[in-house]
Amino acid sequence: MNIDAISNGIVIDHITAGCGMKLYELLGLGDLDCSVAIIKNVHSGKLGKKDIIKIDADIPVKLDVIGYVDPGVSINLIRDGKLVEKKRIDMPEILTNVIFCKNPRCITSTEQELNHVFRLTDRRNKIYRCVYCETKAN
Amino acid sequence: MRSLIDILDFSPEEIQELIDTANDIIAHPAFYADKCCGKKLATLFYEPSTRTRLSFEAAMYELGGNVLGFSESTSSSAAKGESVADTAKTVSCYADIIAMRHPKEGAPLVAAMNASIPVINAGDGGHNHPTQTLADLLTIYREKGGFENLTVGFCGDLKFGRTVHSLISALSRYQGLKVVLISPVELKLPSYVKKEVLAARSIPYVQTTDLEAVMPELDILYMTRVQRERFFNEEDYLRLKDSYILTPEKLKNAREDLAILHPLPRVNEISVAIDSDPRACYFKQVLYGKYMRMALILKLLKEAGRL
Repeated sequence: MNIDAISNGIVIDHITAGCGMKLYELLGLGDLDCSVAIIKNVHSGKLGKKDIIKIDADIPVKLDVIGYVDPGVSINLIRDGKLVEKKRIDMPEILTNVIFCKNPRCITSTEQELNHVFRLTDRRNKIYRCVYCETKAN
Repeated sequence: MRSLIDILDFSPEEIQELIDTANDIIAHPAFYADKCCGKKLATLFYEPSTRTRLSFEAAMYELGGNVLGFSESTSSSAAKGESVADTAKTVSCYADIIAMRHPKEGAPLVAAMNASIPVINAGDGGHNHPTQTLADLLTIYREKGGFENLTVGFCGDLKFGRTVHSLISALSRYQGLKVVLISPVELKLPSYVKKEVLAARSIPYVQTTDLEAVMPELDILYMTRVQRERFFNEEDYLRLKDSYILTPEKLKNAREDLAILHPLPRVNEISVAIDSDPRACYFKQVLYGKYMRMALILKLLKEAGRL
C-alpha cells in the first residue's frame, strides 16, 4: 500500500498497533482540513506491528496526549520533504484536561471552570491520579 | 506560598519542628500569648464541624490573633454560587491565613492555588485532614517518646476514614512501623493505600476482623467512627455502624502502656467506661490538636513573611 510522502508536516511513528484510532480521536485530527493518514498494522522490526499517523500540515500536536496514550511513540517533523527533528515521547508528569476526574466527591465535579489535572504517581504501572482528590484515572 | 494541604507536604524534620514548637507552647504558654497580635485567621467551613473549627479559633486566640469566617456554606457566598477560587482570592484581602473545611475533595488545594496567603486544609470530604494527623502525631510522640518501632492498630472504618489514611502516610516515614488493620470486610483500607504506601515502603501489615485477637500486640490503638455522611446508602451504614465497640472487657489483654486514640467525635465505638482508663488518650489528643494548630499557624505565617 502506498501513502504519499509529506513535504511539510508530522509523522507519528511507532504507535502500538491498535492505538492509532484512539490517538486520532484524542488529538482531534478529525477536525483538520489537511490530509491525515492512519496506517494500521504496519510491519515493524521492533514492535512486530505498529500504527503510523501522517499529518500533511505543520500543526501543534499535544505531546502530553500522545505520551499518555502510548509512551514510546516517535514524532518526526518533516520540512521540505526532509526529516528535521525526531523525538521520542515519554509519559508526561502532568496531564491537563486530557482525561477527566469521575469522582463525584471531587471539587472538579462542582466547579466547572477548574482544569482537570492528573499527576503521574506510578511510572512503572502507568498510574495517573487526580491532583485534587487522588482518584486513579481509568 | 506555603500551605498545608496533605500531611506529606511537610517533611519528617518539619513535623518534628512543629512538635518541638507545640511542646514549647505547652511549657511556656505566656511566651506565645501575643505572637499573632494583629493577625487574622479566616475559618472557611463549608460543612459542619465543632472540634476542628473551635480548635483553630482557640489556637489563634491563644496566640493573640483574631478570627473571622463562616461555619456553614449557606451563610457564605458559596450559596450564591461563588467558586472556591474566587472566595480564596477575596479572603486573601481580609486575612493573613485561611483554614478551610469543604465537603469536596481537593477544595483546599484549589484555594491554595488561588490565595495569596497560606491555606490550611481543615478536612476535605473523605480525603485529607492533615491537622488531625498533627494532633495524632503529637499525642503519639508525647505518649511514646517518638515514632520508631511502633505497632499501630487502626480499627473501624478504614475505607472512608481520612484520618487513618493520613496517619498511615505520616507514620510510614519512620523506621520499624508495623500496621494492624482491623475492620469489617466492607470497610477495609483501600488497596491503593496498601499498595502505594505500605507495600511501597515495605511496611509489614496484617488485616483482620478480630480486634481482641490482635490487642496484645498493639502499642497504639487508633479507633474510628463509622461515618454516616460518607455513605450513599443508609442501609449499609446501619449494618456496619456497630462493628467495633471498645469496652473494658476487650482491653483485658491489652498492654499496660497501650495508648488509645480516636479522632472524635465518637458515637458508641468507645464505651464511656474507658474514659477513666489511663490508656485513653483521645481527650488529650483534642488538646494537643490545638497546640499543633498553634505551632502550624506560627510556622506558616513566618514562612509567608507575615510574622
